[in-house]
Order: sequence, then C-alpha cells, then structure tokens
Amino acid sequence: MNHTIADAAVAASRAKITMQYRWGISEALFRRLLYFAGLVLVVLLMAIFFSLVISSVPALRQFGFRFLIGKTWDPVRGEFGAFAFLVGTLMSSFMALLISMVFSLPVSIFLGEYFRHGNASTFMKSVIELLAGIPSVIYGFWGLFLLVPLVRALEAKLGVAPQGVGIFTSSLVLAVMIIPYASSIGTEVINLVPSDLKEAALSLGATRFEVIRKVVLPYAYSGIFAGVLLALGRALGETMAVTMVIGNSNFLPTSIFSPGNTMASVIANEFTEATGSLYLASLIELALVLFIVTTIINILGKLIIRKMSTGK
Amino acid sequence: MNKIEASVHRRIRADKFFKAMIILLSLGSIVPMFLILFLITRNGISVVNWEFLSQLPKPVGEFGGGISNAIFGSLWLILLSFIFSVPLGVFAGIFLSEYKAGRLAYLTSLSIEILQGIPSIVIGIIAYVWVVLPMGSFSALSGGVALGIMMLPVIVMATAETLKLIPDSLREASLALGVSYPRTIMKVILPAGLSGILSGILLGIARVTGETAPLLFTAFGSPFMNQNILKPINSLPLTIFNYATSPYPEWHTLAWGASFVLIAFVLGLNLITKLVTKKWKVQF
Repeated sequence: MNHTIADAAVAASRAKITMQYRWGISEALFRRLLYFAGLVLVVLLMAIFFSLVISSVPALRQFGFRFLIGKTWDPVRGEFGAFAFLVGTLMSSFMALLISMVFSLPVSIFLGEYFRHGNASTFMKSVIELLAGIPSVIYGFWGLFLLVPLVRALEAKLGVAPQGVGIFTSSLVLAVMIIPYASSIGTEVINLVPSDLKEAALSLGATRFEVIRKVVLPYAYSGIFAGVLLALGRALGETMAVTMVIGNSNFLPTSIFSPGNTMASVIANEFTEATGSLYLASLIELALVLFIVTTIINILGKLIIRKMSTGK
Repeated sequence: MNKIEASVHRRIRADKFFKAMIILLSLGSIVPMFLILFLITRNGISVVNWEFLSQLPKPVGEFGGGISNAIFGSLWLILLSFIFSVPLGVFAGIFLSEYKAGRLAYLTSLSIEILQGIPSIVIGIIAYVWVVLPMGSFSALSGGVALGIMMLPVIVMATAETLKLIPDSLREASLALGVSYPRTIMKVILPAGLSGILSGILLGIARVTGETAPLLFTAFGSPFMNQNILKPINSLPLTIFNYATSPYPEWHTLAWGASFVLIAFVLGLNLITKLVTKKWKVQF
C-alpha cells in the first residue's frame, strides 16, 4: 500500500519537474524569440542605412558636398551633380503641398467639425480612404492621359512651350495623392480640440466660423502642421506617378512648367541602365539623401503629433 | 441698434459662406477619385475578358494578348513577401505589445515608424544591393524581399495595436489555470486579436500589390510565364507602367485593362479588410 503511494508521489513530483523544466525552457526560449523579432527590425533599419552609405562611398569620395550643388549630371563624362534634381524635388513637392492644402484643410474641418458623424461623414471618410488606396502607377497613368492634355492646353493659352509634361503636372498629381494623408491627420487633431473651449466661445455668441477661426485652428495649428509635414515626406519620395508625368529632363528647371526630374524619378529612370560603379554610387547617394530627409521629416511630424495628443 | 443688427447679419453671412466653401472644397477634393474610377472603368472594362486574363502578351503590332504572366507574377510576389514579413511581423508585434516599457521596444517602434516612411524606391535599391547584386540577376526573390520590407511595418503596427486592446484579465485567467506563458500568447491572446492581425495583413497586401517602384530593378518584369523565383518576373503594376509609357495605342488599351484588374483587386481587398474588422472586431 505504502509502496504504491510513494510511487505515485514520486511519479507526480517527477512529472511536475519535467513540466517545470519544459515550461521554463520554452518560456525563456519564447521570450528570447520575441526579443529577437524586435531586434531584427532595429537591425534591419540600421542595415538599410549602412548599406546605402557603403554603396554610395565612391560617389561620396569623388564629389563630397559638391554632389548636392553640382549643376551638371552627365553620365557620359562621369560628372554627377544633383542640384537640378534637388530643385525639381523641392519645387514639385512644395507646389503639391500648397495645392493640396487648399483641399485637405477643408476636408479636415468638414470631418472634424461640421460632420463628425452620420452619412456625410461616412461617405467622405470612405472616399478619402479609397483615394489613399489607389496605387501610384495608376495615378501616373491617369495624370498622363487626363492632366497632361489639360496642362498642355493651359500652357498654350499662357504662351509657354506646350509640352504638357513637367513639374507643374507632377505637382497636380502629387497634390491629389497626398490629400488623404494631410486630411486624416488634420481631422484627428481637430477632433482633439476640447469641446468646453468651443462651447465657451459659442456661448459668448460666436458663430461657428468664428469658433473655427479663433479657437479650433489656433489650438490644432501644430498638429495640422505635422500633418502637412508628413504629407511632404510622402511627396518627396513618391516615384512612379512623378516619373510618368514630369518629363524626365536632367537640366535645371527654368519655370514651374518646364520638364525636370526629382531625386526619386531619376533613380527610377536611370538605375537599370547605370553602367560603371561611380554612376551607380551616385544614384544610390541620391537614395541616401532621400532616406535621411524623409526620416527627419517623419520623426519631426510624429513628435509634434505625440506632443499634442499627450500634452493636454 | 441698426449697426449691431447689420454686423450680426454680416457675421451670419460670413458663417454661411464659410460652411458652403468648406463643403464645396471637400467635395472638390474627391472629384479626382471619381474621375480615376470613371476613366479606368470606361476604358478598361471592355478590354477585360477571359482571353485577356489567361493569355500571354503578344509582340507589338499583333492584336490581342493578355496579362496572365503579370497576374501570376503579382500573386507570386505577394506570396513571397507574405513569407518574408508575416511571421517576423506578427512576432515583433507581440513583442511590442508585451514589452511596451522596455528600451528595445522603444527602439523597435521607432524603427517601425521610420521604416514606414522610407520611400519605396529606396527599398528597391536596398533589395537590389542585398539580393540582386550578390546573386547576379534580377529575380522574383529580390522583388519579394523588397515588398516584404514594405509590408513589415503595416503588420507589426496592426498586431501591436490590436494586442494592446486585449484586457489583462484574459491573460491572467489563462495563466491562473496553469497554462504556460507561450501557450497563453499563442492560444489565447493571438486568437483573440486575430481579426486585427488579419486586417493588418490584408492591408499590407493591398499596399504592396500596387507598388511599382521597388520592383523596377528587382523583379524587373518579363514577357514570359516564369515559374523560377530566381528569374525576373512580371507584375501588374510593372505591366501598367511599361504599357502606359509606351508609344503604342494598342498597348495603352492593355494598360487600361490591367489598371482595371489591379484597382478591382486592391479596392476589393480594402473592402474585405473593412468587413473583417467590422465582423470580428475585438470586443470585451
């Protein structure tokens, strides 16, 4: 009798030990696995940055800072200066930002203030979401077939060389593409405006317009700015749609209608035919510049938003 | 008295005018969306039929031809990017929700935010440097790597955000029953957050399906039906880009058809994602 009880106890404790042993191991392993997954992402980002730096070393060594201010991009003579692309990128992105703000700010006010709930809001939100979901190559195709003829007609009227493609056209396409980003962040921050502030102003007899102008917009200002900043980050790196309508010229643009190239579009156009390590390295250095600029813009924008949503 | 009345009227008029402008400009901003859908449907729907979907492209000048290789290639690339990003992404998402306060978690979430903002063309270059250069050839594999990197942040964010919503009582109940920590995560927490993770994966797929820039010098494109992942492969967006920028009108027609197929696929995925989130929303 005693024998069997003792046996059972031993078996039970043994089972307990094995179980603990197994769980202990697998739990430690599991935790390590989770840590590893988190670590891989950090390493991935680092690896991307350092790969870009290492791959662009020949260009960095050859041109140094002149790379960004050099005006000639001549693969045949091995002369690579990215100033024209820098100007093209900044011109098209900032113009796109200006155009899209005329629309994205009203959308934010529409969704954040006038129609917060109900059918109108649902409709608007879903359409804006769809707009964000359309692939960029389709925007480019649409721009090529609808906007380019329109811009050509406009240019003919204005008396500029009617090419249709150019920096202005790419700004138009970009403007449509970034409306969803700027407006969704704008809506979010306008929603954050405390309603007692608005109610106080309304109770003093202010109209809705005055409340928006004097209370809502000043309160949400920094968040709206952050939204614009993040949209700028998108616009700077946008490739396909721009490549299709910008005209792909490697000369310094002379007006907003002249054809040009952005940093992203020149990579898309020339990377596969780049012969020689210096040519390739120069294109990768463009990607490095793009990476650094968009990263800074993104972090800044997100910091501002975080400060706004937690620092109430 | 009259003066005050006049000023009130003026203010009310300004208020009404402002509201009208807001509505007008908001409606104006969604016009392009309808223009795009209209143009693509009008020009694309007549092209799409069974032959278009099932045949290979034909050389310039010959009438007809299809995009079967592009559809097949897109599916291959989606599968590859899925393999590269989903297991890692889900695990990293679990990590972020389980160890929110740690230093590594902070670095990881920062990395994710930066990764999400990297222009897609830069990701393409990275995949070129990492995969195409060492292997010596454009390949479906390198395209899958590029798209996988693009998809990763979406999946990590969706997983982390969903799992953070699951109440601690669920985990405590499981642990109190003697279930081990790994089992609790895999069998209790993950299934509870499945809808959010699933919708994140679908969104990620929708995002990369339309990507062209990272494929330009990785998957590269090919006019053939290619089943070897070490060889170049075609994809729908690449086809649209190549056909749309070509000088031949008959290729433009094919590009419209391919655009229609791509947009139907992407918007369909978005719609399914919405239904998934609505139907199996995490509710406690």
